[in-house]
Amino acid sequence: MKIDKRVVGGVSVLELEGKITIGKGDVALREAVQQLLAEGADKILIHLERVTTIDSSGVGELVSAFTTVTNRGGKLKLVNLPPKVNDILQITQLITVFEVYDTEAEALASF
Amino acid sequence: MPEHELHLTVGSRFENVELVQAAIDEAIAARGADEDARHWVGLAVREAVANAIKHGNRQDPDKRVDVAVLIDSEAVEIAVADEGSGFDPSTVRDPLAPENLFRTNGRGIFYMRRFMDEVSYGSTASGGTLVRLRKRFAAERTNGQGP
Repeated sequence: MKIDKRVVGGVSVLELEGKITIGKGDVALREAVQQLLAEGADKILIHLERVTTIDSSGVGELVSAFTTVTNRGGKLKLVNLPPKVNDILQITQLITVFEVYDTEAEALASF
Repeated sequence: MPEHELHLTVGSRFENVELVQAAIDEAIAARGADEDARHWVGLAVREAVANAIKHGNRQDPDKRVDVAVLIDSEAVEIAVADEGSGFDPSTVRDPLAPENLFRTNGRGIFYMRRFMDEVSYGSTASGGTLVRLRKRFAAERTNGQGP
């Protein structure tokens, strides 16, 4: 999985591309979030438009990231869910846990 | 009589999850499975193989995962066997229970049951776990059609 990082108006945006799956993608996501936290970031937006597959490990990593950031007083939100990623968050009922936005502008304005 | 059979034996490394999924995806695509079916079967296969590697074989590089695939005009059947010491699926927590929603693991079997028409657990002759997955290609699915 490829991860691009940028900062927009004080919000750290992680753009994920590819598979968030066991062994590589999940580890890459964990490391990216940990790095942002180490740098002092407390507003994180994860951009999922180009994610093709998310397995249970990837979902677990999203939950872990959310919990870690929230417990530190920060906010982690999601934007641009592809239909199959949205399906996964619906059936796992995690759609009720995350704040999810359709557009980056809406998401950025919500922080 | 199956129209196509595929047998794979892989070592207990996570990169082999990709290999198994790709092989099965190609096989079911060649037999007309649509994009949605390929996606959900692929995810279920990934979970079965990942569980075999992680929980069954505990990532022991000397232990192998055997995958047997039978495809006919109606369905694909996939059997994934590990060399671990067995597993009781009834011990797995309900990932949708409010107290489990924030857990970072425990959703793999849920994925399989959601995306396939049939999922069953058994034991291999040597005491390892054998999980069988079945997905019908026909339109009239009662489960596993994807969310």
